[in-house]
Amino acid sequence: MNDISHAEVDFTDYKSDVSPVWCPGCGDYAVLSAITKALAELALPRENVALISGIGCSSRIAAYTSVYGFHGIHGRALPIAQGLKLARPDTTVLCAGGDGDGFSIGGNHFLHACRRNLDITYIVMDNAVYGMTKGQASPTSAADWTNSKLTPEGPGVPPLQPLDIALAAGASHVVRCFSGKVQALTKAIADAIQHPGFSFIQVISPCVTYRPEMRDLKHVVHESFTEPCTDRREARRRLIDDDGFSLGTLFKSVEPSYKPCHQNTKTAAELERQFAL
Amino acid sequence: MDHHVLSLAMTGSGGAGVMTVGQILVDAAARAGWYGLMRRSLGPQIRGGESAALMRFGHRPILSHGDSFDLLLAYDWGNITRFAAELPLRPDSVVLFDPDAGDVPEVIERTDARCVAAPLSAMAKTEKGVRANMVGLGLVAAALGLTPEDLTEEMTKALGDKGEEILKSSLAGLKMGAELAADLPTGVFPNAGRPTPVSNPRWSITGNEAAGLGALRGGIRFVAAYPITPSTEILEWLAPNLAEVGGQLVQVEDELASINMLVGASFGGVPSLTATSGPGLSLMLEGLGLAVSAEVPLTLIDVQRGGPSTGIPTKSEQSDFNIAVYGMHGDAPHIVCAPTSIPDCLSTVQWAVASAEAAQCPAIVLSDQYMGQSRAIVDQPPSGGPVANRRIAQPEDGAAYKRYALTNDGVSPMSVPGVKGGEYTADGLAHSERGTPSTQASDHQSQLDKRERKLDTLDCDTFWAETEGNGPIAVIAFGSLTEAAREAVARAHGDARLIGVRVILPLQPELMAKALEGVSKVLVVEQNHGGQFAHFLKGHYALPATVESLHRPGPLPIRPVEILAAVTAMKGDAR
Repeated sequence: MNDISHAEVDFTDYKSDVSPVWCPGCGDYAVLSAITKALAELALPRENVALISGIGCSSRIAAYTSVYGFHGIHGRALPIAQGLKLARPDTTVLCAGGDGDGFSIGGNHFLHACRRNLDITYIVMDNAVYGMTKGQASPTSAADWTNSKLTPEGPGVPPLQPLDIALAAGASHVVRCFSGKVQALTKAIADAIQHPGFSFIQVISPCVTYRPEMRDLKHVVHESFTEPCTDRREARRRLIDDDGFSLGTLFKSVEPSYKPCHQNTKTAAELERQFAL
Repeated sequence: MDHHVLSLAMTGSGGAGVMTVGQILVDAAARAGWYGLMRRSLGPQIRGGESAALMRFGHRPILSHGDSFDLLLAYDWGNITRFAAELPLRPDSVVLFDPDAGDVPEVIERTDARCVAAPLSAMAKTEKGVRANMVGLGLVAAALGLTPEDLTEEMTKALGDKGEEILKSSLAGLKMGAELAADLPTGVFPNAGRPTPVSNPRWSITGNEAAGLGALRGGIRFVAAYPITPSTEILEWLAPNLAEVGGQLVQVEDELASINMLVGASFGGVPSLTATSGPGLSLMLEGLGLAVSAEVPLTLIDVQRGGPSTGIPTKSEQSDFNIAVYGMHGDAPHIVCAPTSIPDCLSTVQWAVASAEAAQCPAIVLSDQYMGQSRAIVDQPPSGGPVANRRIAQPEDGAAYKRYALTNDGVSPMSVPGVKGGEYTADGLAHSERGTPSTQASDHQSQLDKRERKLDTLDCDTFWAETEGNGPIAVIAFGSLTEAAREAVARAHGDARLIGVRVILPLQPELMAKALEGVSKVLVVEQNHGGQFAHFLKGHYALPATVESLHRPGPLPIRPVEILAAVTAMKGDAR
């Protein structure tokens, strides 16, 4: 493999030779492209970057890049990513997955990852459906979405609002993007990697197989969060009028990250003296 | 055992300060030269409720409780019927009770133990500020030849922050207790005499503290923690001490986060550990399976309590054996080991850490509440021991790095972030040598073979079991029952031998065969309802035709006398 130095970085250097399992037209291709482009733009050495994912269509992404990766288990990408970041703060840690992985089975970890505000970029490819298991409602599906055999009358509960939750739980950088706008997504990811705290990017990423109506989303999304807001209360007010398709950086503020105590002042032998009679 | 001097139980409801008093007694006795052991038996209440400090003293290290108690000091009878079964008494045992707390309950009376009234509260009331628990302490200390002066230093340490007044009245209480002891009819107290002063260095340590220290010594530098009884003390001990050596402990949102944070930290190259109990282990199984598949080393200490479900959180059991051995889905080779005593928690956790790192797989350490929360006075354990030493990859330029390369011994050099050319994606999906997801039969077969093969590299020879004696009946135990079994074997006068198994997985057929040479019958001893360990041994080892199982769920520990009775019955049985 080629050395990556600032002069000769190309986004293809960050792609692996594994072919994606994704359907033609899936929004996730664009997310993969945007991640690799952002890494190239920042010229990050491959060996210093790790991409951690869970389980689901979009979580397959870890194996499609050439950086360090971990394709873990369903819902647990964030704990793995945080363990790595705490143990190896010198590593640039990205975490990626889908809406089921992140907001349903992994929902609790999402809250606490936002609270800890570690320097991690978390990208959720939200298609409002479980694709890998062939089309069930996810936490972001509408209550009356009736296309799943599992919930023929619709899931019957209102969809979760990921940006509200991230904001309330303490994420310090909250963004919404659309996979159909790769340039803006690339910029948002590069921006998130550089942000010193927990960056959450909700990427509306259409599933053309189980949600064919999502093909038309390019006409629905709109740039509304034009300027990043640095006041959390103000950001919450902005969300009152959000229709779920407002794009841009909702909130960005440098805030303290969780730091475990570290001293490195004694040896194990010295500590053992506490047991001596 | 010949060096046994006194077994003593103190009971009292919350507020009686039984644990504080017990702690002072053990520490003062240790300082004077005794060895001792103190176990806690607690009710379910958060604060208050019934509690008992169960102690045993001797001339040599004492690592298990005996058959019964020589002396019971009852500050009161609160909820005594709930745990009287945990306090076996003999007709020649002595029960000292405070008459102000009411009559001796029937459950105690029917043991035929000698009940002697000790007016602790009445005496305490004669001087302002004096509490009955200190009078009781002064009283029972006399049975170990300890005077109020012997107790003062430890009492000051325990109560020092409560002020001069309290210390003064406590000392007055101790003196009243000593007077009470002097006034007791002859023969009530065993004549323990004064201990011989001990010059060799000794430690006062609990199993949970020893486990924490073993983690540090083994090289653990990352711990994810979710509190659960009775393992929390391991985590609480590690929090400040790990920080001192440059490691870190993070309290997380649940056990799922805990196990997966370890996976992430260890993937990053830092030896990682957590401690939990049965319910937590249940939640962590999927993460453990990921560590098997992705070949990420980590160590998990399970301090077992009564199960299933929430079970009996404060009381000991050995019923997580099956889940530790068989709990993961798929074929998932891993390490399971069990410390044989309180000080052994140190060396077993240390061995587990080093072994997990060497074999790049998870290690489960099966401790239990009995030894985790008990404090013992022990000879200072030897220093040194194995440390984490992971085989790290040195990728060659130009060659594609194969994270899961099929090596002869099954251990594939592991790359970590920061190593150039070693980039790979770890996966819980079945994968090829490179780590690329694969559904091919040959990849699946060869990776499963490899994961099994690498466990053969572990050095178990001297470590796998505690053995003692060479009698024809082998008593096989694990965990905290090892010491009870050792005591029974010693009393069987050559009829029995002890095999206290430390390394449960990987199996050690050759070592077991050697340990069983000359054995005609086997007795398996364990603290659970189903005889889990016995079934495991019968299923995986070549044992003699006669295998008996002595098993009982918690919270009543299996006593040496019961093991001895089983051995004796087997000896007489001509089968």
